[in-house]
Amino acid sequence: MALQFSTEAEDQFQTIVSRYPNNLAALLPVLMLAQEEFGWISVEVMDYIAERLDVSKSQVFSTATFYTMLNKQPVGKCHIQVCTTFSCALAGGYEMLEYLEEALGIQAGETDPEHNFTISEVECLASCGTAPMFQLTTSDGEIEYFEDLDPDRVDEILEDLNDRLDELPDPRDMH
Amino acid sequence: MDEKILSKFFDRDDGHKLEVYEDHGGYDAARKAAEMSREEIVNEVKASNLRGRGGAGFPAGVKWSFIPQETEEDKYLVVNADEGEPGTFKDRQIMQRDPHQLIEGCIITAMALDLRYCYIYIRGELKFTEDIIQDAIEECYDKGYLGEDIFGTDQDLDIYTHISAGAYICGEETGMIEGLEGKPGKPRIKPPFPAIVGVFDAPTLVNNVESIACVPPVINRGAEWFANLGVEKNGGPKLYGLSGPIKNPGVYEAPSGITVRELLESPEYGGGMKEGKELKAYIPGGSSCAVLTPDELDREMSFEAMREVGSNLGTGCVTFVDQDTCMVRLAARLAHFYHHESCGQCTPCRDGTGWSAKVLDAIEAGRGRHEDLDLLEDMTGQIEHSTICALGPSLTFVVHSYLDKFPEEFEAHIEQGECPFPSWSLDDTKPAAAE
Ligand SMILES: Cc1cc2nc3c(=O)[nH]c(=O)nc-3n(C[C@H](O)[C@H](O)[C@H](O)COP(=O)(O)O)c2cc1C
Ligand code: SF4
Ligand code: FES
Repeated sequence: MALQFSTEAEDQFQTIVSRYPNNLAALLPVLMLAQEEFGWISVEVMDYIAERLDVSKSQVFSTATFYTMLNKQPVGKCHIQVCTTFSCALAGGYEMLEYLEEALGIQAGETDPEHNFTISEVECLASCGTAPMFQLTTSDGEIEYFEDLDPDRVDEILEDLNDRLDELPDPRDMH
Repeated sequence: MDEKILSKFFDRDDGHKLEVYEDHGGYDAARKAAEMSREEIVNEVKASNLRGRGGAGFPAGVKWSFIPQETEEDKYLVVNADEGEPGTFKDRQIMQRDPHQLIEGCIITAMALDLRYCYIYIRGELKFTEDIIQDAIEECYDKGYLGEDIFGTDQDLDIYTHISAGAYICGEETGMIEGLEGKPGKPRIKPPFPAIVGVFDAPTLVNNVESIACVPPVINRGAEWFANLGVEKNGGPKLYGLSGPIKNPGVYEAPSGITVRELLESPEYGGGMKEGKELKAYIPGGSSCAVLTPDELDREMSFEAMREVGSNLGTGCVTFVDQDTCMVRLAARLAHFYHHESCGQCTPCRDGTGWSAKVLDAIEAGRGRHEDLDLLEDMTGQIEHSTICALGPSLTFVVHSYLDKFPEEFEAHIEQGECPFPSWSLDDTKPAAAE
């Protein structure tokens, strides 16, 4: 099926495009919107965006592959991005990562077979004073920071997420 | 510091609202600026000794004066809200808690330099702050503070938020301009500087969030008042983010030029090292600054004082390191960071950061040789002066300063064939991960 933005996303698309003197400039925010809408940035999504913005496919491809938040493969419904840089490394970022890896049975860079969770190790998220921390991106397009973490808090967060899994779309099925 | 200028609303839940901001004198500075000539505003900012708060410390007023006055083109303001320098977490507080101070700063800056459009370039991970800033912008349009003929002047100004998608290099101003144009964030060769050829080929001013947020107080209370809050050449109050194993990590407002010791030890700020932790080193302004040792604790937080000892004030966010931390591992971790974030345009940066990471990993793992230390120094030395932007050279400062200040740690790894330090488990107050 040919891709198409939902009515709501189409409105947002129009708003974004209206903010720039040319269409190419709208590319990053539009790709972020497309990821929210279609779950991940496949070649099909890139082609659709190229057509909608009337910019070349190769331009969309080179931009989309440069930025790390744009997933070129589908991730899980819950994408947990753990900061292990500098200040976080000093304050337990690696322990947090290990704890999560154990709790979810996957390593950083992996997704579980059900596509519920993906763990990534990421660089400084501007939360250094509240380390250890992670960013959570859910497939409904929400980005949330969880800070000052300890194992109890992580257990709580994972429990809440497990309760929400049924409501969250599987990024693989979003287009 | 008793009176809070930049962090007034940090403890409040409603400080992001226009109503609250105006109850505290918000937009008075914009009204005042509307009565001033462009030149008067620029001179005021020059005299205030406001230094860029994004890391390089360039005097704000001087940078403003590079923007050409007589031109038919629309000129742009790009606010650097891409905060990504490891150890730095101050701008986010302004974006989240006090967006109107930022917007009022944009308004006055636009009036001063006749800037027609403003983009606030927000890192993708901080998308939740975009909603807050966007709401604040809409409140301003409703009031007529943005749009045409703002504050009774003939200045038109539109402000937009722009969301990025994860790339540290877009914090570099020309990388940011590329990102804003929809391209990979590969920094441009300078000159031409953004002030002449910036975004969409138009004259463009790029300033950090905190720099712009300082503009309303400068105009409201005057350059002299602002300059006097700091020290020579470093005016005003400053936001300091303190992190590492200290008692009270967080963002604090204090005068420019305060000593590192006061930031660390005062109960008002860091409150000292955590129980059982001893200070071994500190990095004054984000990971790209050279490391300093405790004998430099009485150094003042100014660009000049930090340069005297070969480091940099950077973003003013200080990371404290304790005695259990392995400096080789920290250097290796940072090498991986710079390698990961290198945009790949310059071979010395792209390859030099990667090879440095490999050599540092080998030393950390106990597989290092004595020759590797010279190799590291030489290899990272070649990155400096041979790249388009300052990302690659940041690793030069890191590696050279860690080698210089902690040679015995590197030697110990090589001689013992293993890392003599405990692994990253540094925070005893938190239960260890499940066994
Ligand atoms: C690799 C690199 C990353 C940077 N990241 C940031 C950043 O996240 N935020 C920022 O304000 N400046 C950053 N800068 C500095 C900007 O290039 C620029 O100097 C600054 O935004 C200018 O604003 P100011 O004069 O108000 O400080 C970075 C520079 C480099 C070389
Ligand atoms: S120094 Fe590194 S990040 Fe900067 S332009 Fe060169 S390759 Fe890119
Ligand atoms: S180092 Fe982890 S948020 Fe900054």
